[in-house]
Amino acid sequence: MEHYDMNLTLKVWKQKNSTSKGKFETYKVDHISSEMSFLEMFDVLNEKLIEEKKEPIAFDHDCREGICGACSMYIDGQPHGPWSKNTTCQLHMRAFKDGDTIVVEPWRAKAFPVIKDLIVDRSAFDRIIQAGGYVSVNTGNPVDANAIPVDKKLADEAFNSAACIGCGACVAACKNGSAMLFVGAKVSQLAHLPQGEPERESRVLNMVAQMDKEGFGNCTNTYACEAECPKGISVQNIAKLNSEYLKAGTTTEK
Amino acid sequence: MAFDSKIPQGEMKDKWSDYKGHVKLVNPANKRKLEIIVIGTGLAGASAAASLGEMGYHVKAFCFQDSPRRAHSIAAQGGINAAKNYQNDGDSVFRLFYDTVKGGDYRSREANVYRLAEVSNNIIDQCVAQGVPFAREYGGLLSNRSFGGTQVQRTFYAAGQTGQQLLLGAYSALERQVALGNVEMYSRHEMLEIVVIDGKARGIIARNLITGELERYFGHAVLLASGGYGNVFYLSTNAMGSNVTAAWKAHKKGAYFANPCFTQIHPTCIPVSGDHQSKLTLMSESLRNDGRIWVPKKKDETRKGKDVPEDERDYYLERRYPAFGNLVPRDVASRAAKERCDAGYGVGSTKMAVYLDFADAILRYGKIEAGKSGNHNPTKDEAIALGKKVVEEKYGNLFEMYEKITGENPYETPMRIYPAVHYTMGGLWVDYELQTTVDGLYALGEANFSDHGANRLGASALMQGLADGYFVIPYTLGNYLSGEIGTKPIPTSHPAFEEAENQVAERINKMMSIGGNESVESFHKRLGKIMWNKCGMARNAQGLTEAISEIRALREEFWTNLKITGEVKEYNNELDKAGRVADFLELGELMCIDALERSESCGGHFREESQTPDGEALRNDELFSYVAAWEYKPGNSWELHKEPLHFEIVKPTQRSYK
Repeated sequence: MEHYDMNLTLKVWKQKNSTSKGKFETYKVDHISSEMSFLEMFDVLNEKLIEEKKEPIAFDHDCREGICGACSMYIDGQPHGPWSKNTTCQLHMRAFKDGDTIVVEPWRAKAFPVIKDLIVDRSAFDRIIQAGGYVSVNTGNPVDANAIPVDKKLADEAFNSAACIGCGACVAACKNGSAMLFVGAKVSQLAHLPQGEPERESRVLNMVAQMDKEGFGNCTNTYACEAECPKGISVQNIAKLNSEYLKAGTTTEK
Repeated sequence: MAFDSKIPQGEMKDKWSDYKGHVKLVNPANKRKLEIIVIGTGLAGASAAASLGEMGYHVKAFCFQDSPRRAHSIAAQGGINAAKNYQNDGDSVFRLFYDTVKGGDYRSREANVYRLAEVSNNIIDQCVAQGVPFAREYGGLLSNRSFGGTQVQRTFYAAGQTGQQLLLGAYSALERQVALGNVEMYSRHEMLEIVVIDGKARGIIARNLITGELERYFGHAVLLASGGYGNVFYLSTNAMGSNVTAAWKAHKKGAYFANPCFTQIHPTCIPVSGDHQSKLTLMSESLRNDGRIWVPKKKDETRKGKDVPEDERDYYLERRYPAFGNLVPRDVASRAAKERCDAGYGVGSTKMAVYLDFADAILRYGKIEAGKSGNHNPTKDEAIALGKKVVEEKYGNLFEMYEKITGENPYETPMRIYPAVHYTMGGLWVDYELQTTVDGLYALGEANFSDHGANRLGASALMQGLADGYFVIPYTLGNYLSGEIGTKPIPTSHPAFEEAENQVAERINKMMSIGGNESVESFHKRLGKIMWNKCGMARNAQGLTEAISEIRALREEFWTNLKITGEVKEYNNELDKAGRVADFLELGELMCIDALERSESCGGHFREESQTPDGEALRNDELFSYVAAWEYKPGNSWELHKEPLHFEIVKPTQRSYK
């Protein structure tokens, strides 16, 4: 792989806090190596800003290996940037070339208010899980793990849904700011497993109710969520969510 | 201060059940009146907070991330061990116990390790009940794989995302307790001080990372599940925010810090590519099941890896360790890679890397696949095409990650790897009940020291985190809290809270007002370089002595030339980082002091002065069969206390993998 250096122009959303009005600021960064990750490029920019006694740009990040779900930049109109099935932290600078201008915004969604610069509040996701994204089993002495066999195909499907990292790219990508892919992934995971069976109906009803309460929009089948999901969570999870919801709605006394 | 390991009497196999049978209990009505603070929401913290909430205690849980689900346990790849013996290959609680004590190079406490092996099976049951989607066989039962060179298949896994799935299980249990009102969750909060009243931990001071305000919280007990301190090296496989601050504050309030020099350098990570590097990424140990590690036989080889002919390659692990080959334990594999690179045989542009090659595995699997469809004489190209598919199924996500980071296709060209800091076996000293030397202050998971000795085996960290949180602390904490049922919640207007908050505020103001010229990041990088070069994979007395004075000087400089932008009362990541690096600058010194004191080699701690004639680590049981527990003294000095280690069952021998 040939490495190269590049000079870039960045247009980055700056916003002091949740109540102030934000705006784009323009920054120049020079001598960025194609081997750097996108966030390392931001590290270089922030060090330069500190050097100039200016305030660095605030952004969420932690594991920097694509699994914790903290990083959340909207890069050139795409959540997590131009590479598919990828998080911002795993985006590398060889995706760009010398002289490029890159626009970076926070997630844009009613249910994800901006905290500062590129940081948004995603606690709505935690509250949706609190509404039913679990199996109600206390720590103790459950049955032996192999007492209930699970069809490998179903187990694999449950795993594919469970791969969601809760980053919120699906919401950011959706023109309606819908969280159906996130909710669908958790509902599907547990609907595929025998352990999820007892609370199957109440789970889907309660999680959807909380999702609506948080101000997430509806799904109009654009599939932008699937296209932008860094873990490739399929829109079939939304279909599953809808069918689970319908079944529960028609059979449960409320 | 109490320094008693409180290991129960009796036979090893009966200790834990006897303990549980006689431990004091707290009745449900009293549990409701007792408050517990939990710092950290990784596997240990989330499982503890959830379990204690279920039992009826009132729990307050804290994490610095925006959600408890993001704790760094999430990044664990390979798997979790348990002695289920589902594969009928001779595994047992005893064998898991034995392997762990031996793997730790005889520097862990037998009774703790035995208990860990004992509860390992419950963990798997619990996680499956929660809906954790472990890998399964076609018959619907759980699948296992071998790991880290053990001779049985005892590792449970969920593709290369086992830590994620286990953490999401614990997180969902935690969120359920939040919904029920048993747990109050404080995200984006960082613990900055322990409040001790009459010798007992009674609360914390935390900083709200969004507003910058300091807040006071009371607890009848405080549990630290705040992870390891690998980020003292700047570059590690830890998350960017992983830090020692909670544990370090506890240490300075009286909790002994044990075996700080025991750090694990993982052999298979993607190498450093330049000065901009912010972290290192692990490639799962499972890759060593099929990949072969080599360097060219010729120094300064200029050809590409795949163009170097077979007879000009040095498969040095297979050469040095014919019995275990590429599957030697982590400490051994890491040192061997360093030895080759130091000798001038490294590869890649920096020459600080070795090859991990899948070409043979691809060919071997390809021939097997071709054979399955009746083609017993495939051409090389046919076999390679089929073999690539098999390797993709087994390791696809890891290969993809490698390609994203390096831009190289590992199916076509050998991967470049190099060791990186991964896990810290040392941590806060705890007794059998996981209590530190401060009453009412506990440490769980990677934050404590007790189970892995001088080297942790693969797939054991997840096991220990969940063992501590789900199955140990719910019992042992009751033994303490049963004596606290008469203690009414102490109002946070108490002078001890006042004083602790003032201390924190003073420290923050001091940092903000330095007004120097150097960024936090720069100090952190400089500390990391000292630690890596002089307290890393190989250590010697001269280097460690130098490191101690260099760290002291760097600390001086930090407190006179640090530059932090922004304000205190706002979201200010530079300030957050500065507090963490200030603590690393103290911990780093203690690690070097500990490494200097322990002039033997054991596990991940390799003292160049103590090796066998053929370069293997040489332990000294006569002088060093103890836990080094360091007591903090004002002004950054430490007093060493030794907890002697007794081996009733696993008799220490020289580890050999030849």
